Amino acid sequence: MASSADTAATGEQDQEEGGARRDFLILTAGVFGAVGVGAAIWPLVDQMNPAADTLAASTTEVNLEPIKVGQRVLIKWRGKPVFITRRSKISIDDARAVKLSDLVDRQSDEDRARNPEWLILVGVCTHLGCIPAGTKTGELRGEYGGWFCPCHGSHYDTSGRIRKGPAPKNLEVPDYAFLPGNKVIIGKSQAEIDKNKSKVAG
Amino acid sequence: MSAPKFKNPIVRWIDYRLPVFTFMQHELHEYPTPKNLNYWWNFGSLAGIVLVIMITTGIVLAMHYTPHTAFAFDSIERIMRDVNYGWLIRYVHMNGGSAFFIVVYIHIFRGMYFGSYKSPRELLWILGVVILICMMATAFLGYVLPWGQMSFWGATVITSLFSAIPVIGDWIVTLLWGGFSIDNPTLNRFFSLHYLMPFVLVGVIVLHIVALHQHGSSNPIGIDTKGPQDQLPFHPYYTVKDLFGLGVFLVLFFFFVFFAPNFFGEPDNYIEANPLQTPPHIVPEWYFLPFYAILRAFTADAFIYWPISWLMSAKLAGVLAMFGSIMVLFVLPWLDWSPVRSARYRPLYKQFFWLLFIDCFVLGWVGANAPEGHFVIIGQVATAYYFGHFIVILPLLSLFEKTRPVPTSISEPVLGGGGVTAGATAKPREKA
Repeated sequence: MASSADTAATGEQDQEEGGARRDFLILTAGVFGAVGVGAAIWPLVDQMNPAADTLAASTTEVNLEPIKVGQRVLIKWRGKPVFITRRSKISIDDARAVKLSDLVDRQSDEDRARNPEWLILVGVCTHLGCIPAGTKTGELRGEYGGWFCPCHGSHYDTSGRIRKGPAPKNLEVPDYAFLPGNKVIIGKSQAEIDKNKSKVAG
Repeated sequence: MSAPKFKNPIVRWIDYRLPVFTFMQHELHEYPTPKNLNYWWNFGSLAGIVLVIMITTGIVLAMHYTPHTAFAFDSIERIMRDVNYGWLIRYVHMNGGSAFFIVVYIHIFRGMYFGSYKSPRELLWILGVVILICMMATAFLGYVLPWGQMSFWGATVITSLFSAIPVIGDWIVTLLWGGFSIDNPTLNRFFSLHYLMPFVLVGVIVLHIVALHQHGSSNPIGIDTKGPQDQLPFHPYYTVKDLFGLGVFLVLFFFFVFFAPNFFGEPDNYIEANPLQTPPHIVPEWYFLPFYAILRAFTADAFIYWPISWLMSAKLAGVLAMFGSIMVLFVLPWLDWSPVRSARYRPLYKQFFWLLFIDCFVLGWVGANAPEGHFVIIGQVATAYYFGHFIVILPLLSLFEKTRPVPTSISEPVLGGGGVTAGATAKPREKA
């Protein structure tokens, strides 16, 4: 390809059958072709993303009424386990008494459970994806009274935070919002629900 | 030819151990190609590209398709409505099937017109016919997968063809079905085979190209190239020409994909398969219509049937004729032994070629209509002519046709002079 000086020279005086015009054609054709190839490849890649029906089924509603204090239940959301815990006073106090500096992944319990009585977690160990034990009665709960992952020995506390073991992060808190009638919707935040409401009202 | 020198040391290192780059240099770059190829020679590479498009979109569709009678139809609808760009990918695959046949039919007629099947390219031609048969099998299997009414009844009709075989016919049909009608086992195996066939196709195409590169492309004049003065390196001369043809093809193709995606299809296939109701008028996809017409031409009272009526049932005769209409292509190089390849120098053959071409359209037109009234007799005459062309006309032409003198070189018709000296001046100009 011609140098820029060369391009400028032939651009000004269009005498010789210079490289400039040919360079321009090759470049524009190349760019055009690249855009075309990209446009052809993108649908073939994007089809692997969740389809519209998968996305539509991405929220789950749970009735909290039958869950008693101290009880942990397991529900399925987007094909993954979600732990819903109605924590006792002792569990809440345990979780809130911990100093942030003692944590691997520093997060306060207030941030993780806006309503302290209800702790909602994605039940997937942040190490390599096993389901930590501790939700069903009789299962090991680890040294911190929360959850214990049997695969590689990660211990989570009563706020679902990693305290010991190979996992790098706390158990994920999904988007959720409390609905009237003592229900919770998982997969949608309060902010999203408010936004939709204002859209309908407007 | 010695191995070319590559500048890139990594390329050199690999090529020394695994000569893929030398291979590509020889077969795609230097590959000497007659310099007088016209645009009818685009359709081979075009067919290859369409196959790549079909395999790519097909692999993607298989990620979303469910080969079960209870879910197949709905899974296609899900692809159309819910899967990201599913509508686009399916429409490309659907219309790609039709495009594949258009391109390949043109490719075949080009081969017939310019005598590309003649010595030393008989095996190249035969491999091409094998490719056509594989394509037809693939297309038929694929058409069953959406599990619409046409899928189901098309599959019923085509598999029932085998029941015409004496003694073991019914046994074969049951074997194909895996049951007593087209049902879930049939759908499952059709899906498996539909996924397999394109790769078989790729294998045969590789052989087709090996056979092609042995003696190189034929050309519109139909005489052998006599040396470098008659040839051009494949790259950039024919890569650019093929690329331009591809551009034109894609414009036409995507016109259909975006603006008339169901033009080639049958509305009935958007009705889920119902084993208890045959649609009032069933037709195969357009690319099978001429063969369908040949199948139906053999009725008990047909004039083309009575010479063989003592031998077999009309049903079996129809089935054999349909398969025979393709099988006859296998022996084409020996039915036409005229030493002149190109129709340009065969005035009579040229006219009969176009008659055959029209005959194929007539057969297609008959195949698209219900077998009633004048369509019956037209279909029978057209069928008779189809076989007559190959079995009677071509050998007679080979014997009696007075051909025009062929040029002594590829350059001669253009430059009017002797090939060798004129060719030297026609050497491609150096880059400015």
